[in-house]
Amino acid sequence: MSRFLNAPVFADVPTRPFQPGPAGTHITIRGLTKYFAGWPLYENFDLDIPKHKIVSVFGPNGCGKSTLINMIAGLVPIDAGEILFDGKSLKDTKIGYVFQNYREAMFPWMRTIDNIAYPLQLAGKSKAEVDRRMAELVASFDVKFDLNRYPYELSGGQQQTASIMRALAPEPEVLFLDEPFSALDFEMTLFIREKLQEVFIQTGTTMVLVSHDLEEAVYLADEVLLLTKRPTKVAEILPYTDPRPRTTATLSEPSFVAAKKRSLEVFQREVRR
Amino acid sequence: MAAQPLAAANEAAKPWVSPAASAPIAVPRTTDWGRALPFVGPVVLFIVWDLVVRLGLVKPILLPPPLAALGALANGLAGGALLGDFAVTVWRTVQAFGIAAVIGMPLGVLLGSNEKAYRSVEFLIDFFRSTPSSALIPLFLMIFGVSDINKVAIAAFGALLIVTFNSAYGVINARKQRVMAARVMGATRWQIFKDVLVWESLQPSFVGLRSAVSMALVIVIVAEMFIGADSGLGNRIINAQQVMNVKDMYAAILAAGALGYALNVLFLLVERRIVHWSGR
Repeated sequence: MSRFLNAPVFADVPTRPFQPGPAGTHITIRGLTKYFAGWPLYENFDLDIPKHKIVSVFGPNGCGKSTLINMIAGLVPIDAGEILFDGKSLKDTKIGYVFQNYREAMFPWMRTIDNIAYPLQLAGKSKAEVDRRMAELVASFDVKFDLNRYPYELSGGQQQTASIMRALAPEPEVLFLDEPFSALDFEMTLFIREKLQEVFIQTGTTMVLVSHDLEEAVYLADEVLLLTKRPTKVAEILPYTDPRPRTTATLSEPSFVAAKKRSLEVFQREVRR
Repeated sequence: MAAQPLAAANEAAKPWVSPAASAPIAVPRTTDWGRALPFVGPVVLFIVWDLVVRLGLVKPILLPPPLAALGALANGLAGGALLGDFAVTVWRTVQAFGIAAVIGMPLGVLLGSNEKAYRSVEFLIDFFRSTPSSALIPLFLMIFGVSDINKVAIAAFGALLIVTFNSAYGVINARKQRVMAARVMGATRWQIFKDVLVWESLQPSFVGLRSAVSMALVIVIVAEMFIGADSGLGNRIINAQQVMNVKDMYAAILAAGALGYALNVLFLLVERRIVHWSGR
C-alpha cells in the first residue's frame, strides 16, 4: 500500500529524440548548456550551421559569441548537450581556428613557415607533402613577405595572414575565426577580408566568424546569426545572398544595405530587451 | 654643335632639388656622449674614493688608495696568486651552477606541467628558497665534511631551488592561448608539452638561471670564507683581512664583483641568443 502512496512524484520524461538539421547542415548543436559562475549562459541551445557557407555570429556584449565557437571548437568544455560535425564528433573532425590575438597564437620560437607547417607535422605528413601544401598556400595567399622570418619580425597583418594560413594548412572542414580583424589596422583588415573571401570561393570551407563589426559580419556572410542577451538564444538568422566575389561596390548595393539595416534592427531590439 | 642646346635642355629638365637636401646632413653628436655615460658612475666613485684617502677621512689601514687596489688587482690577475684563487672560485661556481641547472630545469618543467605534483611540493620549495642557504652550512658540514664537495654541494642546493621554482612557474604561467592553439590543431598532451610548454618556460627559466648563478657565487664565496678552505676568492679576502693587507683584500673583493658582473652579462647575452623572442 505504502508503495503506491509514497510513489515517486516524477514521471518518466522521455529524452528528447535527436532532431537532425535540414539538408546541407554541417554542424548540429542540440541541447547545448553552459553555466558561468552558476548562471546559465546557454541553456538548451539548438543551432544548425550550414555546410559550405560563412556564418557570422553577432550579438550584444557578453552574450558569449566567442564562447559559442570555443565550445564548438572544443576549447571550452560544455556542461551538457551534443555537437556533431556531419554526424561525427569533434575528435574525428579537422578544424582550423584563427585567434583574435595573433601575437599569442603563433609560436615565436618557430620560423613563420614552421608555424604554418606545424599542424601538418602534427598530422604526421611527410616532408614532400608538407612542402607541396606550403607551396599551394603561398601561391593562393600570394604571400609577399619572407616566411623564413620569425613571427615577431612581421607586421600584425602579416602575422594574422600567417595564422590564417596555419589554420587552413591541414585543409580543415570548418574554419573558426574569433574576431580575426579586431587587432588589425583598416588596410590589413580589408586585405585579409578579401583573402578570406578568395579562399572561401576556392575551397568552400565552412566558416564561422565572430565579429563585432556589423558591416564586416554582413559583408562576408551567407547567414548572419544574431544572438540575444544571456541566457543566450538565437534571435534571428538572416540570410544574405549577394553573389561573390563581393567588392567595395557591394557595400553600397541596396541588398547589402537592407541586410545590414535588418541586422541592426534585430540587434537593437535584443540589446533593449 | 647640336649637342650644346641639348645639354642646356637637359640642364633645365633636371628636377628641382631643395637646397636643404644637398646641404651636408648634421648628424646629432649626442651619441658620443651617450656611450660615455656608463663610465661616469665608476669614475666618480674612484675620484671620491681617492679624495677620501688623500684627505685622510678614513684611516689608510682600512682603505688603500684606489690606484693601489686596482694595481694589486691587475698584478694579481696577470698571473699572480689572485688568478689562482679566482680560477678556483669560478670552477666551484660553474660546478654548482651546472648541477643546479641540469637537475633543476627538467625537474621544474616536470613539476610545472603537473600542477598537482607542484602544489604538493610548493611549500617545501618556497620554504627552503626562503631559508638563507648559509644557515644550512653547518648541516652540509656534517654531511660532506670540510671538503671541496661541501662548498659545491651547498651552492648547488641553493641554486637548484631557484632554477626549479622559476622553470616550474614558467610552465604553469605559459600563455594559455598558445596551448589552446596547439590543442585545436590536434596536438596530444605530450606534443603540447614538448612543442609549447617547454619553450614557453625558457624565458622564466633563464631568469632563474641568472639568479641561480649569482646565488651560487655568493654561497661559494661565503663557504670559502668559513669552511676551512685553502683557496678561492672568499678564502683570499678573509686571509688578507686577518693580516690587514687591505690592498689585497680590496683587489679580491673587486675581482669577486667583476666575476659576478661578468657572469650576469654572459647570461644576458646567452639568453638573448636562445630566447630570441623574449620581450617582442
